[in-house]
Amino acid sequence: MATVSLEAVGGAHGYLRAQTRWRRSEIAFWLATLLPFLLFPAYLQLASQIAITALFAVSLDLILGYAGIVSLGHAAFFGLGAYTAGLFSKFGWGEPLSGLILASALAGVVGYAASFVIAHFRHLALIMITLGMGLLLQEAANSASELTGGVDGLQGVRMRPLFELFPFDLWGRTAYTYSLAALFLTFLVARRLTHSPFGLSLRGIRENAVRMPALGAPSRTRVRQVYTIAAAMAGMAGALLAQTTLTVSLEVLSFQRSADVLVILILGGAGRLYGGVLGAIIYMVARDQFSGINPQYWYFWIGLLLIAVVLFLPNGILAGLDRAAARFRRRSP
Amino acid sequence: MISSFVGVLFDGFAYGMLLFLLSVGLSVTLGMMNFVNLAHCSFAMLGGYVTVTLMDRLGWPFLATLPVAFLAAAGASAALERVLFRPLYRASDLDQCLLTIGVVFVSVAGAAYLYGTVQQPVQLPGYLRRAVTLGSFRFPVYRLFLIGAALAVTVVLVAALECTRFGARVRAAVDNQRMARGLGIDVDGVFAVTFALGSGLAGLGGALAIEMVGLDPSFAFAYLIYVIIVVSVGGLASIGGSFAAAALLGISDMAGKYYVPQLGAFLIYLVMVGLLMWRPAGLFGRR
Repeated sequence: MATVSLEAVGGAHGYLRAQTRWRRSEIAFWLATLLPFLLFPAYLQLASQIAITALFAVSLDLILGYAGIVSLGHAAFFGLGAYTAGLFSKFGWGEPLSGLILASALAGVVGYAASFVIAHFRHLALIMITLGMGLLLQEAANSASELTGGVDGLQGVRMRPLFELFPFDLWGRTAYTYSLAALFLTFLVARRLTHSPFGLSLRGIRENAVRMPALGAPSRTRVRQVYTIAAAMAGMAGALLAQTTLTVSLEVLSFQRSADVLVILILGGAGRLYGGVLGAIIYMVARDQFSGINPQYWYFWIGLLLIAVVLFLPNGILAGLDRAAARFRRRSP
Repeated sequence: MISSFVGVLFDGFAYGMLLFLLSVGLSVTLGMMNFVNLAHCSFAMLGGYVTVTLMDRLGWPFLATLPVAFLAAAGASAALERVLFRPLYRASDLDQCLLTIGVVFVSVAGAAYLYGTVQQPVQLPGYLRRAVTLGSFRFPVYRLFLIGAALAVTVVLVAALECTRFGARVRAAVDNQRMARGLGIDVDGVFAVTFALGSGLAGLGGALAIEMVGLDPSFAFAYLIYVIIVVSVGGLASIGGSFAAAALLGISDMAGKYYVPQLGAFLIYLVMVGLLMWRPAGLFGRR
């Protein structure tokens, strides 16, 4: 990021306001998300999956990219939201919007409880505790097979039409509209958060968690707050998946899903909200295109990609693009 | 009742010794360089597949394949350390995690490509398949052999760390890396050798594990969790701690599976999270 003298942009408030201004590329990007309706009407189900994955990645970005909390168990909240939404509709409450909000709220409450543990640890112990909590929840869901269906997955999820007007059809038109709207609204919240003083204090905590309290930003409180928000967002993503695919399997809680979303975020670029979205688009489209090959070999390429990104492309594709653009601008005055 | 209890205790201890072999190398290297190597179990898997290949395709006897499994894992890890891991010693935990997870993905897919996803069989020689009967208790020879091998490794390791010049360098590097460098110890070199030795032990553990827990491409992920539990509970760079933690984990896992099978692995994860919250540096850790 270029250093800007504060006076030049009108003080701290002016700086923050300049950051929140919508850039043309951002507006173009969100308009482009409407293109699948016109260009790829056969791929709307995939587009809906992409939007859900992007929402999940953005939620991880808030804690990992901004607050610097490495989590190998973020799928716990995704799965929690998915099972909550699925179980609600299975037991008669098929209205999607309220189910979505309830699932998100429940994931947020559990995230708040977990955040008291999370805020106390850093480094290796933190990674292991998040991993352990994710596995713990998966085992619990597996054990409670009367409720969750265990390895067979949750059957019998039924959704009422959205607003009692738009049924979830086979082509995914409603599903994509619904997921995209959820992604966009949540993205607005995340964007506002990261550009606020709260977001700046999170970045400070990422860089030096011990020094931030001296500047008047209590590290642990901030970490607890952002972890709760991220958990609620991940729960919302899970609920969307359950509601649009009408099934929930144990896989929503698996380590694989936590690792996948981490890969997606790192690929796109952690610490930038669009990183998660871009990563989700690339990852999901590539997986769809290569779905002919055995999933096991798919992970071979993901592994290689991960190694390459860590070694050669620190901060992901978006940062790489930024650097390339800066070099291009320098060369042509 | 009492005989089943002794059986669980014995099987659990043998299982724990297996976990000890798999994890002791990671414990030492993690303590030395703070390098989070999630690919540790990939080297164990490599050792397992080397043994299977040598026995199946070339007809080697089981015991003769064990040193080769050790050497293959040590050699592969030394090469990877030099090429991939060394640039990342100063990098963040996250980068180290991601890179090594990438290695695990590649190794799992590679194993599936070469050997398929089926369980690999291993045909033990007759003298290892028998059982020793002692009163009303029956002890399979293979598990006795496993316990013996782990105890031998422990004795050699402790002796090497406490009584040799190389061991003194390792201890110095673990205690205070900067000071050790200041005294002219080649910490990177010591680390490379320790890393290779630790991965070699994991390879040996992987070869010995086939008979007890089977071998398929998911090994690298499935046992990673156990290894990490042992390391984080035992404390970094503490051989005694790893030994105690592995024995504890092996016995409690066996007991859990035997007495409360409906809980599955839940108990183990609960114990791990609880212990980590109580003592983030591990039961026997100093830092």
